[in-house]
Amino acid sequence: MRIKCPHCGERDRREFYYVGDAVALDRPDPDAGDVVWDDYVHNRDNPAGVTRDLWYHESGCSTWIVVTRNTVTHEILKTELASKVKEAMA
Amino acid sequence: MRFSGWKVIKEGLSGNKGWGAHWRDAQPKPEYDAIIIGGGGHGLSTAYYLAKNHGLTNIAVVEKGYLGGGNVGRNTTIVRANYFLQGNSEFYSHSLKLWEGLEEDLNYNVMHSQRGLINLFHSDGQRDAFARRGNMMVNQGDDAILLDREGVRKHLPYLDFEQTRFPIFGGLYHPRGGTARHDAVAWGYARGASDRGVDLIQNCEVTDIDIEGGVVKGVQTTRGPIKAKKVGIVVAGRSGQVAAMAGRRLPIESHVLQAFVTEGLKPVIDHVVSFGMGHFYISQSDKGGLVFGGDLDFYASYAQRGNLPMKEHVMDAGMTLMPMIGKAKVLRSWGGIMDMTPDGSPFIDKMDGVDGLFIDCGWNYGGFKAVPASGWCMAHLMATDTHHEAAAKFRLDRTRTGVNILDEEGTGSQHNLH
Repeated sequence: MRIKCPHCGERDRREFYYVGDAVALDRPDPDAGDVVWDDYVHNRDNPAGVTRDLWYHESGCSTWIVVTRNTVTHEILKTELASKVKEAMA
Repeated sequence: MRFSGWKVIKEGLSGNKGWGAHWRDAQPKPEYDAIIIGGGGHGLSTAYYLAKNHGLTNIAVVEKGYLGGGNVGRNTTIVRANYFLQGNSEFYSHSLKLWEGLEEDLNYNVMHSQRGLINLFHSDGQRDAFARRGNMMVNQGDDAILLDREGVRKHLPYLDFEQTRFPIFGGLYHPRGGTARHDAVAWGYARGASDRGVDLIQNCEVTDIDIEGGVVKGVQTTRGPIKAKKVGIVVAGRSGQVAAMAGRRLPIESHVLQAFVTEGLKPVIDHVVSFGMGHFYISQSDKGGLVFGGDLDFYASYAQRGNLPMKEHVMDAGMTLMPMIGKAKVLRSWGGIMDMTPDGSPFIDKMDGVDGLFIDCGWNYGGFKAVPASGWCMAHLMATDTHHEAAAKFRLDRTRTGVNILDEEGTGSQHNLH
């Protein structure tokens, strides 16, 4: 599996650390309560198909990347800088 | 059809023509008392114990593919009860006891082989942790022996004791641990359930779960609707998709775990050996193949195949620990889809807000050894509406409340840490 880092180009999967669902970009309010926080921290859509997750270019430029990929085929569909995605959400 | 020594001799002398099918190929009826979604190890054992322990025989197992075609046919067959935390400890202890009587109970040769399991340790700190784990196992009534380096050498003389990276300090020996023939476990439970009247319906995919006014009414399938008073979801590997049919998100992320098998060799490895520092474990099948694996690939996946970095890592670790296997040729590798939970422990629980709907999921990478007790406790829950004492802590609300978090590794209750 090769992942295209927006800064460094296409690199081997070994260079990246996988964090998990990109839900982490949408952190609830600190006072949102235990049900909302449980849902955010633990529950997942966990799709068999297209998903968006966060990867960290650990052995490269140290940037956070939102990877859109298919969990059934391992195909990488899109990569974006997490900072840009977060800005667009604001 | 039952197995016996007499039957083996008779069939041997008459051309083996008298062996019948092991279970009925059932067609779906319009209605059952209970439906189990998923014809894998856990689903079949749930059906078997519902029939045997609770007298519920008007039940069906619906399976989208063929019986035993999922993770029960794709694992590395290890059976052990070496858990530390209360909640896990009594459950796996119960499971191991069921394993020990399983062949007699099912009249089926599941090739359960208690060849002993040795978890190696490589530092003083790890030795202390293993001593403590061993004490917990003994307190639970199971067996554990702390071996020093020479003790390990007696059992496993072929290890590289001189390695500088992770010198072997000793091992925790669990003599009752071992392996079993994975497919036979599914087949044995299937036959036992079918003989007791359970309908095993293959090639029947559940497409929706019917719920009216907070009560489960049945399921929609590719072979038509089936009504049921109770429905159990036992589909580890696909839990998220089936739970979504009931409008529930689960604390599960699916990951791929790879396994490998070599060509058949003469007996060289008598035990199950795990090398935690290198993330590697190995045993030898009765056919002679070395069966081994390592860690998850560590990204969400349903692909049932992994990538090269983990293959490389597992081979590296194997060569570090036991260079003697270096010339063995790997015949096959494959991946299984693991229901990974935040704390690394499973769920056997009611589905909140829906009467009659139950779920058994989240087995992480340790579901095979749990097959007997999982079915036993899930059947208890479905039949009596109360949690079995051995699985009383496998609750879905533990991620929210933080009570009875079962983080066996002590790495934190969060996805991507187990």
